[in-house]
Amino acid sequence: MNKLLREAKLWLIAIPILLWTLLPIYHIFLFSISTKDSAFSGALWPQHPTLRNFGTVFRQEHFYLHHFWEQIWNSLWIALGAGVITLFIATCAAFAISRLKVRGGRTVMNAALFTYFIPAAFLAVPMYKAMGSYGLLNSRWSLVLAMVTLAAPYAIWVLKQASDKLPWELDEAARIDGATPLQLFRLVYLPLMMPSLVAIGTYALLLAWNEYLYAFLLLSHENTIPLAVGLGHFLASDDSPWELLMATALIYALPPAAIYYAFRRYMVGGLTVGAVKG
Amino acid sequence: MAAVDIALPRGNRALTPISPPKRRLSWQTWGVILIAPYVLVFLVFVLYPVSYGLWLARHPQSYVTLFDDPVFFRTVVNTIVFLLVAVNLKFALALFLSGFFVHERAWIRWLSVIFIIPWAVPAIPTIFSIRFMLNPEWGLINSVWFRLTGLDGPNWLNDPVLGLSMAMVVHIWKALPFWTLILIAGRLAIPRELYEASSVDGATSWQKFKYVTWPSIRTLYLTSTILSMIWTLGDFNSVYLLTGGGPADLTHVLATLGIRYIRLDQVDQAMATIVVALPFVLPLVYFMMKRLSANE
Repeated sequence: MNKLLREAKLWLIAIPILLWTLLPIYHIFLFSISTKDSAFSGALWPQHPTLRNFGTVFRQEHFYLHHFWEQIWNSLWIALGAGVITLFIATCAAFAISRLKVRGGRTVMNAALFTYFIPAAFLAVPMYKAMGSYGLLNSRWSLVLAMVTLAAPYAIWVLKQASDKLPWELDEAARIDGATPLQLFRLVYLPLMMPSLVAIGTYALLLAWNEYLYAFLLLSHENTIPLAVGLGHFLASDDSPWELLMATALIYALPPAAIYYAFRRYMVGGLTVGAVKG
Repeated sequence: MAAVDIALPRGNRALTPISPPKRRLSWQTWGVILIAPYVLVFLVFVLYPVSYGLWLARHPQSYVTLFDDPVFFRTVVNTIVFLLVAVNLKFALALFLSGFFVHERAWIRWLSVIFIIPWAVPAIPTIFSIRFMLNPEWGLINSVWFRLTGLDGPNWLNDPVLGLSMAMVVHIWKALPFWTLILIAGRLAIPRELYEASSVDGATSWQKFKYVTWPSIRTLYLTSTILSMIWTLGDFNSVYLLTGGGPADLTHVLATLGIRYIRLDQVDQAMATIVVALPFVLPLVYFMMKRLSANE
């Protein structure tokens, strides 16, 4: 009896959690399969569920959707660019700081951490100004480089933590065998660091795909904006086609969610705990 | 044989310093080459922008104009309320929920997979979704409310207090899973024997929390709260995508106000907004960096 009561208490907590978590998600799904009239009626389930909204989006048959495929491509381009470049820069830096013990490595690590702790919206203002003076505004590169700047500090920190744990004997053995630093990096370091590298690549990729603030500050030209900014444009008028907005938003949200869940094992182990351990 | 055994390590040690300066130099040189890309990124996209920004914010006049802007005072109040209420509420909930999620049940594990969704999906779709749910005429919340009570619900986003409250709800909805995960990890690191021993001694669950759980995760909890405060200060999406700072610019926080000035092409003003927040941000950043360095 006592045990039953305890289980009931757990369920009593579980149901609000479930509702709280899923309601906004369900609401996106609901709108994406509703006609406009049905969506605006506040119904909990449409009388005639339809997939027509997705057809409209894919065929770009609305003023707000004329550049849908181009925007998806831009999002992908920016996310992949930021992911690859962050991974490259952070891996090299972590290797230099942790394994080669480069002089000044500690200072660089502190500079990176400082960047990590500046609120992103605060850095956005000077970054916007600087991108302007570099002549990069409205180029997709500006967003890629901005995202690399935001993602690299945490990436370096996590990779450094992970590589500090590798046994020193490996490096010593490699040195004694006459390996060059690059051979050590390629043949010993990279294979051992693989799980962390997967986590960091995913982290940077998702960060760039999901970014809104920097995207809408740095890019405003129709041909360069990613889908995130395209979604924001829907709210330009009061009479927005919310059912199309939600269908597009669903398409936009699915890839990062899928990637997150596919790599959740790495993400939880490699990232979350390292974030605030102490 | 013995001679060989002894000679080998000595021989190796003797081998290494054949050309000591050159060898050490080349490893250091590679270190410099490999760290250079990040240093370049830092100089070009952090140090130069920040210096340039501070230089732009050097005119006292910017601050006079800023303090004269009635929106600014309201924004500061909003920001403080947002930080104190949203962050603490979020952590109280996270602390409570982490206690729930550490129960060992298969279905609770599944629930935790669902629970993480808000953190795993991008901000815009879900914030827009909540925005329409709160629409006074067509939104889901007021429709259901009307069907249940026959009364019209409030005009959620057209009221500054309700609007800012909803922005905090959005913020909590989005960030709660992450911090709950952190606190779950903290709770799972506590040795089980402590709980078993306290059970044997007949401790109530409140006593277990007070004497076992809390002392073990207190540091984690405080560090997380401070980190979350810094990040919440930079939370642009929860306010901008929900209320846009409206109605009548009454729900701005510092993050959105800075961007608003940029959109109005008043960059000096935008930088001044940030500089004003620095005396508050920098001590927190300093604390966090100390924390992480001490951890090494």
